[in-house]
Amino acid sequence: MFTKNFIEKLKDRLANWNKTAEKYRGKKSMPRFFTVSGDDIDELYTPDSIKGADTENYFDEHIGLPGEYPYTRGVHHTLYRTKLWTMRQFAGMGTPIQTNERFKYILKQGGTGLSTAFDLPTLMGYDSDHVRSLGEVGKCGVAVDTLADMEIIYGGIDLAKVSTSMTINSPASVVLAMYLVVAEKQGVPFDQIRGTLQNDILKEYIAQKEFIFPPKPSIRLITDMMDYCTKNVPQFNTISISGYHIREAGATAAQELAFTLADGFCYIESAIEAGQDVDEFAPRLSFFFNAHSDFFEEIAKYRAARRIYAKRMKNKYKAKNPKSWLLRFHTQTAGCSLTAQQPENNIVRTAIQALSGVLGGTQSLHTNSMDETLALPSEKAALIALRTQQVIAHETGVANTVDPLGGSYFVEALTDKMEAEAEQYFDEIEQRGGVLQCIEDGFFQKELAKSAYRYQMELEKKDRIVVGVNDFVMEDEKIDIPVLKIDKNIEKEQVDFCKKIKADRDNGKVQQTLEHLREVAKGDGNTFEAMMECARAYVSVGEMCDVLREEWGEYTETQAAMSAS
Amino acid sequence: MDKKIRVLLAKPGLDGHDRGIKVIAAALRDAGMEVIYTGLRQTPEMIVDAAVQEDVDAIGVSILSGAHMTLFPAILDVMKAKDASDMILFGGGIIPDDDKAELEKLGVAKVFTPGAPTEEAINFLKKAVAQKGSDEKIM
Repeated sequence: MFTKNFIEKLKDRLANWNKTAEKYRGKKSMPRFFTVSGDDIDELYTPDSIKGADTENYFDEHIGLPGEYPYTRGVHHTLYRTKLWTMRQFAGMGTPIQTNERFKYILKQGGTGLSTAFDLPTLMGYDSDHVRSLGEVGKCGVAVDTLADMEIIYGGIDLAKVSTSMTINSPASVVLAMYLVVAEKQGVPFDQIRGTLQNDILKEYIAQKEFIFPPKPSIRLITDMMDYCTKNVPQFNTISISGYHIREAGATAAQELAFTLADGFCYIESAIEAGQDVDEFAPRLSFFFNAHSDFFEEIAKYRAARRIYAKRMKNKYKAKNPKSWLLRFHTQTAGCSLTAQQPENNIVRTAIQALSGVLGGTQSLHTNSMDETLALPSEKAALIALRTQQVIAHETGVANTVDPLGGSYFVEALTDKMEAEAEQYFDEIEQRGGVLQCIEDGFFQKELAKSAYRYQMELEKKDRIVVGVNDFVMEDEKIDIPVLKIDKNIEKEQVDFCKKIKADRDNGKVQQTLEHLREVAKGDGNTFEAMMECARAYVSVGEMCDVLREEWGEYTETQAAMSAS
Repeated sequence: MDKKIRVLLAKPGLDGHDRGIKVIAAALRDAGMEVIYTGLRQTPEMIVDAAVQEDVDAIGVSILSGAHMTLFPAILDVMKAKDASDMILFGGGIIPDDDKAELEKLGVAKVFTPGAPTEEAINFLKKAVAQKGSDEKIM
């Protein structure tokens, strides 16, 4: 990219520059210049900061052009000039009826994709009438027990026209089966169904901890479902390999990047081992990253992610279809960066984080609402969050050109550093026996706990300032934004509805399809097809999961994973 | 030398977000306390039984799922039933101010919300345990 001669001359010039700069270094505006992840940042970046910039192949191997290998600059040639990112706001609350109303509101306000949040009982495979669901029904998402709930949630919404994301993991297949049956009843052919299922169980063991079954059968559920969708639901993204929760649980940017990609490679290897062709399934894989507050570090993370992935898919997994090399991703701004103090400031944080996702070339984006450290978003807060994306898209000019930061000495150096750190982690994970062994041994969990504690201590020592929390504090602050409260009667309503459906359905058919699911789970047939049959018979999430629990057992965290640091 | 403060930490309900409770566990340990973390998805009975068995001074729970108005009172009920009401129950999570006030009225000694420094929890526990000790001497 630069000649050796140029770099040599630059070094001399920098030596001189440094003498003058030294005069200003006595005073510091901040105690330390470092990223959210704790990495020190240099005062100045020049071509000399980029290792290998004086070699002939540097540009092609590290930067290149958008839409071309190694895709550092983006997966599309023209990116947002052809199609803006999908503004996909995560929503779901209370009863199916309320969620349906919120979805219709989002679509009316110009949202272009739906994103469904489920409540904890659904995520953990319990029905609303289960004793462990007490107090949790409809609290952090919508409650789904049977097909009847899914019919209400997506009622009056043409499933051929929207793309729907569903944030669920352990029982992901169960819920997708129900969604497809809703489409079937609407008369929408499966090849028109678009959307994404989160379906990433590995990060549950590592970070979010909503697991039901042990890793091996859990991965089988995923590969069975991928197999079905590759053949029947070709436009659907079967898995969203997620770093978001890993970051929220305390990871640094490099840890988020490395652990997420390592998970991705683990799924890819599992599908290959199950006999699937990498070029058949890989084009439907997608990723999900966090957008934290350190602007440039985040942009470098996204750019490094695309490059690492393209290289591995091509060289290690021998994918031949260029579509298999593309790392497409969704971004959500960092919930863990939001403050309960002076919550309106969260609008600003979210806007800046969202901008990093856009400059990093995200395919879709969720912007958090200012009130999420207090409760689920109010309608007003959710609308401001969506408007934030619209302002970025239409007013700031950042969508005018592809990868505007490509070639920035700082961003390229940081992208290279991010890649190198991730590669180091891949080596370590491999030496430790792979992803599943590292989960068992608590390796990831301990790394996250250490990073989270370090970050908290930086705050408490005031090495790091968070506005309104450890500086610029307002004494006796009164929160004066509306806070959403979930009506206490919702739980009872949902429990009653669940019981009614269970009483009214053909329970002979329920038993028959459930027994079939059990037989398939014991053997090696496709569990997803058996779940479709169950879904059609209004078998509940809890009933399907119970059969699988009986056959496969339940997962509990190892002592090693629980230990604090 | 003073007896070490013993604290049991747990995650009740279905919520799996354990970043906060692990940070608290590490901070309390660094402050010289003995911490027993019993992990995720603990029922009120499991929590109180473990607390009694470990003979702790305080029980700390973290709830980010919105189920706090069900889970805290359930833990208080079990504490009462198992004669463990002398233990200090404290907690943290995404808990709106109104609910926080109501929980503290019901008998939760202290509810911490996002942004609270770990030092606050450490000081609270030291003070509350010392207070409990002197109350017991009077009785």
